[in-house]
Amino acid sequence: MRLRLVKQNTNFDFFSRWKLWLGISGLMMVIAFASFMIQGLNFGIDFRGGTTIRTESTQPVDIGVYRGAIDTLELGDISITEVFDPTFGPDQNVAMIRIQAQEGQEAVTPEVIRNVEAALNTVVSDIRFVSVESVGPKVSGELIQTAVIAVVLAIAAVLVYIWLRFEWQFAVGAVLALVHDVILTIGVFSELQIRFDLAIIAALLTIVGYSLNDTVVVFDRVRENLRKYKKKPLNEVLNISINETLSRTFMTSVTTLLALIALFVLGGDVIRGFVFAMIWGVIVGTYSSIFVASAVLLYLGVKRDWSKPDANAGNQYANIDA
Amino acid sequence: MLQIDLWKRILILLTCLGGLWMAMPNLFYTSVEQHNDAAQAIELGADTPENQAQLAQWPEWMPSGLVNLGLDLRGGAHLLAEVKVRDVYEARMQAYWPEIRDALRPERATIGTVRLQPSPADEVHVRISQPEGMARALEVVRGLATPIPTLTGVGANDIEVRAEGDVIIVTLSDAEKLASDERTVQQSLEIIRRRIDEVGTREPTIQRQGTDRILIQVPGIGSAAELKEIIGTTAQLTFNPVVSRGSDGDAVPGIGNVILPSIDEPGAFYTLESAPVVTGEELVDAQPAFDQNGRPAVNFRFNTTGARKFGDYTAENIGSPFAIVLDNEVISAPTIQSHIPGGSGIITGQFTVEESTNLAVLLRAGALPAGLEFLEERTIGPELGQDSIDAGKIATIIAFVAVLVFMFLSYGLFGLFANVALIINIGLIFGLLSMIGGTLTLPGIAGIVLTVGMAVDANVLIFERIREELKTSKGPARAIELGYEKALSAILDANITTFITAVILFAMGSGPVRGFAITLGLGILTSVFTAIFVTRLLVVIWFERKRPKTIEV
Repeated sequence: MRLRLVKQNTNFDFFSRWKLWLGISGLMMVIAFASFMIQGLNFGIDFRGGTTIRTESTQPVDIGVYRGAIDTLELGDISITEVFDPTFGPDQNVAMIRIQAQEGQEAVTPEVIRNVEAALNTVVSDIRFVSVESVGPKVSGELIQTAVIAVVLAIAAVLVYIWLRFEWQFAVGAVLALVHDVILTIGVFSELQIRFDLAIIAALLTIVGYSLNDTVVVFDRVRENLRKYKKKPLNEVLNISINETLSRTFMTSVTTLLALIALFVLGGDVIRGFVFAMIWGVIVGTYSSIFVASAVLLYLGVKRDWSKPDANAGNQYANIDA
Repeated sequence: MLQIDLWKRILILLTCLGGLWMAMPNLFYTSVEQHNDAAQAIELGADTPENQAQLAQWPEWMPSGLVNLGLDLRGGAHLLAEVKVRDVYEARMQAYWPEIRDALRPERATIGTVRLQPSPADEVHVRISQPEGMARALEVVRGLATPIPTLTGVGANDIEVRAEGDVIIVTLSDAEKLASDERTVQQSLEIIRRRIDEVGTREPTIQRQGTDRILIQVPGIGSAAELKEIIGTTAQLTFNPVVSRGSDGDAVPGIGNVILPSIDEPGAFYTLESAPVVTGEELVDAQPAFDQNGRPAVNFRFNTTGARKFGDYTAENIGSPFAIVLDNEVISAPTIQSHIPGGSGIITGQFTVEESTNLAVLLRAGALPAGLEFLEERTIGPELGQDSIDAGKIATIIAFVAVLVFMFLSYGLFGLFANVALIINIGLIFGLLSMIGGTLTLPGIAGIVLTVGMAVDANVLIFERIREELKTSKGPARAIELGYEKALSAILDANITTFITAVILFAMGSGPVRGFAITLGLGILTSVFTAIFVTRLLVVIWFERKRPKTIEV
């Protein structure tokens, strides 16, 4: 017997309250955006910079122990690396500890550094603190700027591609769903104050890819059914299409979530924020293909009458089957 | 019907085997890495028995490309460089001289003639022939100063002007020096990042440390030397008018001129005007190329202002030589044959192909505003503790196994086919990443997990479609065929859309965004390939052997 997530021949009505769904999505976007504007993101050391402390001890460096000692101080993002050099003696174990600047401050205060030193002293008795220096952020202004430009251009290119392959209404729906997903993900990060570091940017980009993938699959079926059921009203065609692809939508989302949840539970603290972003993105991305992208499509309407040529809608690429 | 030509079958098989072959060294990571490091050491002359023994750990004829493990997983090289911020003062002051000269020229009646005096690096000394006019001269020169915004000194200017006898001394103000240092370090940081980006996806950490130092960490221990070559060169390119050519490096060049050695001709020195006609800052592109004689060269293109300056200069100076200077050495000093409009040209010299490629990279990324001095060169351990790495490993394996089991439970035999394709898919991603020398970090691995999700998606689309087609009872062969046919447009559209985003992110993004785009793009290519070709081949082979009357998907 096969495992079936969705029973065969479902016939859920997704669009009886489509205005409500669009309204809820819009509201969530407003809340997410407001949260971002008011609270802002909890930027980690990658974005903020901080202080680096170099330690030296005769005992071998155990990063887990160091991390454990400093974590009790709740300083947010820290990073610990061991440093090797051929000139170091056998009992010269050097580590570099980076501590992020705390909220509203340029650098780490001397008080915090004293606390860190005291905490480390309790676990490593002979530890010495060789130097303390400020470090800048890993993420430079240029990096953020190029990333934003790249994402905007990528979205524009997607808009054009979907417009060529489908119709402009599909393109608008897909891009709105995309913007919805990204805003909600950033919103969750600001609302829950989860640490926002360099890896989260990668997660956001992954979400963009996943959400697009999901939306285009649904749209492909809508395009097919629009030709198959020429007389049915648009909301029925959309409903049929989504019900037909529902089994696939769930299979893919559940498989991906299964993998991500395994990483979330077992993968350790360091990647938890990152994996959380992806889990959230997969859920929101699946939701938005149906309740944002398709609902927008319903709102905008699609040209149905293929018998008469229409100069305004469609073009020579729209009818080509891949 | 369900047919795949023999040559297609062989091609699919060969592609899979080739990819897995390239990926294989990653299974023997430590020995291959030691082999590679030893090979590099021997090439550099360290032919010790230990190196030979390590070299023998991996056979030469096997591929030896590895996926670099990122700083978080593996550690790497650590360089601390000091930016020589004072270099900038000199260039700044040199640039002031023509401005001072032009400003003082209309005042000749009161101050007499103006002469540049030999001056310390970060000052400009100007002698005027009528000291009575000093007050007016100081006023004019002070007028050149621009105010700079600072937190403390309201109304601070960028230069300070004072008089000593008949000499005007112009220096940078302390506030300007601070601001200049800040800019220099910031600029150096961006340029180092751009240069490292130009040569591949190394996923480095580049951070400012203290006031004037830059911390650079790159994965892979062996990459430190290579990295120093890329970031250690200042790559200041200038085009200067040639005054004369001689063989005495210690001759007095005359005020406003410099004597620089030639790279190619030992013992030859050029006297050049120190103010350049055009500089590398005005380049928009540089590419490695070959000259008419087939020797490696570098093609370059100026922006509009650079092109105009270069065009005007070449038009006015036909027949006289000009020098192409890189980091205070003359690469070549060709004679201007004709007016060069359009702003593009070629730098020839005695380059190797590698040197011309490197030079093009350096010119594209831009010159460092100041020289770098490496203070520290060390290796560092992984940023994640062993516990986190182990957790990541276990989680990744479990995630992968969970997907395989789930696919089997959902689709039975077809799920198994998809699983085989999935494993091949992972192999191909690793093979491609090894070939291009990609870097894998823990987030990168999680990204691959998502690629797995997307790869499953293509198979899910096909299988769900076959299920649907089976409902209309067309017979298994027809259902499979239709399933593939109809799912194809969805698979292609979905993946092309995502691939477009990957390409644009790669072309426009920088640093980790670029690295991510590569993994995403490769993942899409391999997953589409395995889903459309590999699973299909497996299904077709199975179908041909069994000829089942009914199938269950």
